[in-house]
Amino acid sequence: MKLVKIDKKQWAEGLESLKKSFRLLGPVKEDSYYSFKALKEGEQPDFSFLNTRLSPKSLLFPQSEAIVEYSLDERDEDHHVMKAIETDDSPRAVLGIRPCDAKAVTLVNLNFDTSEYKDPYWVKALAATTFIGLACDTPKSTCFCTSVGCGPYHEEGLDLLLADEGETYLVKILTEKGGNFLSTAGLEAVDEDTTLFDAKKKAAEAKIISTIATDNLKGQDILDLHEAPFWEDISFACLNCGTCTYTCPTCWCFDLQDEIHGKSGKRFKNWDSCMFPLFTLHTTGHNPRGTKLQRVRQRFMHKLKYFVDKYDQGIMCVGCGRCVNQCPVNIDIRKVCALMNDHKVDEQACAVQE
Amino acid sequence: MLDYIDKIKEISERLLKDCSVEMVIGFRKGTLPMMNEPCFARTPEDVGQFVWDSNCGINLANYLTDRKERIGIVAKGCDTRNIATHIIENKISREQLVVIGVPCKGMIDKHKIATLFADEIQTVTENGEKILVTAGGKETPLNKSDVLQKNCAVCTHRNPVFYDELAAEKVEEQQDVDRYADVQEIEAMDTQEKWDYFESLLSPCIRCYACKNACPLCYCPTCFVDEAKPQWVGKGQDPTDVRTFHFLRAFHCAGRCTDCGACERACPVGINMRVFTKKLEKDCFEQFGWEAGMSLDERPPLDTYRPNDPNDFIK
Repeated sequence: MKLVKIDKKQWAEGLESLKKSFRLLGPVKEDSYYSFKALKEGEQPDFSFLNTRLSPKSLLFPQSEAIVEYSLDERDEDHHVMKAIETDDSPRAVLGIRPCDAKAVTLVNLNFDTSEYKDPYWVKALAATTFIGLACDTPKSTCFCTSVGCGPYHEEGLDLLLADEGETYLVKILTEKGGNFLSTAGLEAVDEDTTLFDAKKKAAEAKIISTIATDNLKGQDILDLHEAPFWEDISFACLNCGTCTYTCPTCWCFDLQDEIHGKSGKRFKNWDSCMFPLFTLHTTGHNPRGTKLQRVRQRFMHKLKYFVDKYDQGIMCVGCGRCVNQCPVNIDIRKVCALMNDHKVDEQACAVQE
Repeated sequence: MLDYIDKIKEISERLLKDCSVEMVIGFRKGTLPMMNEPCFARTPEDVGQFVWDSNCGINLANYLTDRKERIGIVAKGCDTRNIATHIIENKISREQLVVIGVPCKGMIDKHKIATLFADEIQTVTENGEKILVTAGGKETPLNKSDVLQKNCAVCTHRNPVFYDELAAEKVEEQQDVDRYADVQEIEAMDTQEKWDYFESLLSPCIRCYACKNACPLCYCPTCFVDEAKPQWVGKGQDPTDVRTFHFLRAFHCAGRCTDCGACERACPVGINMRVFTKKLEKDCFEQFGWEAGMSLDERPPLDTYRPNDPNDFIK
């Protein structure tokens, strides 16, 4: 891992010349919020953002993606044959992704790229992408990344990590892909020793004031948590909207939908949400998670218990704070995590019941 | 409004102590500035968590749907109108409820206040008509009247329309407000301008359905967007499907909407979808002299037939 220093003006020129060989995606300001967009000629990413309103997971896993198409016209030779829709898998780079969102990509990858199953759309998009991270020197008060195995200078999932330093970027080259990106840009990189970078990292980590404890989650009994008395109180306010799941960089659930116009059809992979009753509705009409309490419990149990037990990689959360900030009724995962982590079964109550 | 809370707590405690109700629904302090969380109290001790300030914009009538208990509910003017609508539509019965009416002076618009500051907002406190915002370590005073939720700024029913208990003296209703200026602006557009306006209005929509789920009127066991046989609307991000959802939802609220603003407040991406329901609310007012939820005895215009209807299309 090498650390270099690049002048910001040169960086901007380098990006412009890179557009010949890379599709560049970066944060762009729209009205009062930021989102990741393909950068047009002459357009530079706007790095003055705290974070984007929606996570960049949609760059690899779009909210709605056509995956196959078919003809229902029996006069066509290949009618009723599913054909993959061609995707653009040419090299591209995501500029300015925050370290939490990059770590989230590695968590989602656990689901979409396994030895048994591979989601070809995700796998191809991921392989085509170089991730250029932007370290967070001014995190928000709702960021709790340092409690969940991440941090404002975290490197997981990134190919390069940029730290803003006045007129220059300090750039940590983390992978070969990252090195290639810099050399393709023809950027003049001056070697830099790590003192300043390390100091900035330490200062940024100290600015993360929100913390959660997750140490007991693994040891908790699944059924004890499932039957815990706090779920009614937690779920009461919930509207069962999809805000938390849709803004979450680690939520990976999707639905398949066929849409037919006349004699031609397309199959779409759409984001789905465990908050929606339809998510678990059986064709019989039975719904195993028919109540709000069951759905809210599922979301938190998945993120803070089932995932922990299954993958042994901590919780399914990178501490970006999007759900905390955007939930319409202020259901706060930090509060829920504390309740789950601190949960103790009331032994006396059990004895009485028995 | 901060001084209401003692009275709200006192009433709630009394109702729970003398077993008049099994639960009281109110708000507790949120974990972020300008956010309170709807919550319930089942014991007099639980009442301690209740708060009341200008961040109680979520409509609590939404939490009554099909509940079986005897319930005390803290309710602003608009909440009581939606409770009345719920009673008329048999989603709860009057006998189950003890309404703790709150004369309201308006809720503040968290989306608007957030856009006024470049830095993250750290705290927001209030003192009567003054709202004090701390952002980036700097304090800025705002006039509450400048940062009210849009619906609150033009509200003419701040006092509960019915109640069993009252948390404070009634407030003066706003006079001479132009209730429909925003709708008239859109009505004045030509077809193409309207279409462009709707398109840009709805373009950030992620179809999380926070708007319909925050709305007390949206209680269908299965919403039309979730129907599969037949499937009325696609579930992806096609603009036609997004529009279909918003337009149909609005029409479904015609003659029922109280303009409580919960939909707009709940939207995580700040869409003012309220203009759709507001237009229908205006039409109902102008054509039928109807305002939803003002009475427990009168049927809404769209589910009533009168033999002496002046229009002849129905005869």
